[in-house]
Amino acid sequence: MMDSQQTAAGRTEVTSVPEDPILSMRNLSRVFTRQPVLAETLLKLLGRTPDIPKLRAVRSVDLSVRRGEVLGLVGESGCGKSTLGRMMAGILPASQGALAYEGAEVAGLRGTALRDFTLGVQMVFQDPYSSLNPRQRVASILAEPLKVHRPDLSRAEIHARVDAALAEVGLDVSYRDRFPHQFSGGQRQRIGIARALIVEPRFLVCDEPIAALDVSIQAQVINLFLDLRRKHNLTYLFISHDLSVVRHMADRVAIMYLGEIVELAPTAELFADPKHPYTRTLLEQIPSVRNRKRSFSAVKGELPSPLAPPPGCPFHPRCPAAMPQCSVEVPQKRQIAPGRTVSCHLYDKDQIST
Amino acid sequence: MTQDSKPTPVLDVRGLQTVFHDAKGAWPAVDGIDLALYPGEVLGLVGESGSGKSVAGFSIMGLIDPPGEIIAGEVLFRGEDLRAKSEEELRRIRGIALAMIFQNPLSTLNPVLRIGEQMTEVLSEHGHDDPEAAQRLAVESLRKVGIPAPEERIYQYPHELSGGMRQRVAIAIALLGDPAVIIADEPTTALDVTIQGQIIAELQKLQADSGAGMIWISHDLGVVAELADHIAVMYAGNIVEMGPTDAVLDHPRHPYTLGLLASVPGDADPGAPLRQVPGNAPPLSRRPLGCPFHPRCEFASDICRREMPPRATDDVGRSYLCHHPVSQRAAP
Repeated sequence: MMDSQQTAAGRTEVTSVPEDPILSMRNLSRVFTRQPVLAETLLKLLGRTPDIPKLRAVRSVDLSVRRGEVLGLVGESGCGKSTLGRMMAGILPASQGALAYEGAEVAGLRGTALRDFTLGVQMVFQDPYSSLNPRQRVASILAEPLKVHRPDLSRAEIHARVDAALAEVGLDVSYRDRFPHQFSGGQRQRIGIARALIVEPRFLVCDEPIAALDVSIQAQVINLFLDLRRKHNLTYLFISHDLSVVRHMADRVAIMYLGEIVELAPTAELFADPKHPYTRTLLEQIPSVRNRKRSFSAVKGELPSPLAPPPGCPFHPRCPAAMPQCSVEVPQKRQIAPGRTVSCHLYDKDQIST
Repeated sequence: MTQDSKPTPVLDVRGLQTVFHDAKGAWPAVDGIDLALYPGEVLGLVGESGSGKSVAGFSIMGLIDPPGEIIAGEVLFRGEDLRAKSEEELRRIRGIALAMIFQNPLSTLNPVLRIGEQMTEVLSEHGHDDPEAAQRLAVESLRKVGIPAPEERIYQYPHELSGGMRQRVAIAIALLGDPAVIIADEPTTALDVTIQGQIIAELQKLQADSGAGMIWISHDLGVVAELADHIAVMYAGNIVEMGPTDAVLDHPRHPYTLGLLASVPGDADPGAPLRQVPGNAPPLSRRPLGCPFHPRCEFASDICRREMPPRATDDVGRSYLCHHPVSQRAAP
């Protein structure tokens, strides 16, 4: 399995080199294991390898985020999209592979360059309730990143920046002395966005930032994201399970399944002509106000456990188009059109030459 | 809702009002709602958090505990007022004729009982004394909701199942008594879209087979659009618009319905700003005077700030609460 993964990765490097990437990943993987228990530690000391289960949350992802774009990352719970987002934001180390920011490998960054990465990539979290310290006032939540990273700023300057950040996300500056519990969910999410923006990042990793909000509030926050992007020329990784939101926000969409990116395409093309059977399934399942009294015909099965992924293509046990080779051979990532890649045996013969 | 060719409603709610008490007074979470559910029909009850849609569902079931209190109205189930029943009588009706499915199946399943035990417990509660027959019924019920290998599943505990499987078990338990009315409170909200599709498909099939009436409570207009025959939109404890699905979604009369539809990024140009409803829904203790939606409404005038609009009806069997209804021509 490992071997075929690596060849897949090797092949794609030749095929797609997007211009001006702000952040790029090569063969990025993340494995989670538990601490060995005493018996396993003893086995290790005796020179034997204990069998500790490994959860491969993200498996050999090659992906570049272009400057100024909104890249949508879509998948179901447990597919590894949040793990990938956290690695991109630099708050979770990769187990394998390389992450490069502005062309320089993050692992090798030191000093000012490291600080530029740390501040340049910020994260907005899903849950506006647990991501804000309930015992801190808004002003101190927003001032904290500046106090840590910008010791050169005076108190008056920090005060002014906090007010500017509040105004920027559409909150009244008089709210600065309130506590998070005095705000609604939508307002809290605005505080979370202000906290990310206050260090003037270039790239925001937004992990399901509107999933916890009511419909009418979702629209307000989507509009805010669109505004901020235009104003500050920001780049977003927009992680979501909601395809209709991603369709509205994103320039390109990556579909993730069981730790792998199975399809990557410009948004309009993906929605007009989905290639991977999993993408098609997802598109069929989005409920829409335009459909009436539909008989739901569901995809079979559930997401397999990432502790024991199926052999071959990870989607084959649920795939309506599965062929015999799908349960044996891992499909390689192929470029089937400019800017479009898909990992599926249906397109084994469709690779375009570059 | 017209009643011409239809049979009598299996559930007829009239003027239902539920308040929550605190030191400062009694605040109406459900402020006098009327709705009728017919056999074999799906009624979508839509609203945002705090709109009172779940409290409405719980009130119909008679499951309101202090500090909540149902203070007015009738809940006619097959013609009998459930509010006049004793708790003992209600308990017998609930779970058999009137069933509820909740958002979080983990909170409804007992974590220390095997699936089979939970199901046979419900059955024995309702008079099935033969344990073997009860077990057979449990297995059959699990099979009906699409659980593979139900003979083995009955020996498992809830934590051994995935979220989708747990919700299926909760549905299987709710369906054990072959209910005439199912109240489903956001049953797929916590699930992934592919699993949501599976659950909706199963429930749709079961409901069509049994002819039960179903109230589907949801914040997701898309799900409701695809399921419901009628839609009721709730805002601040009131049903502000109710009618046939096509009428409500294609030609909404209430500005809030219009705003909700426009907030869903479906038809909007990618990247263009969405038409948004400004502000937030008012908290229970600070409902405005007059029309509760007026502080967020683009059409609000003086009368909206003073007077609650009367319920108006139109010729497609839709009713709405608005002084300045959206013109029929303005499609969303």
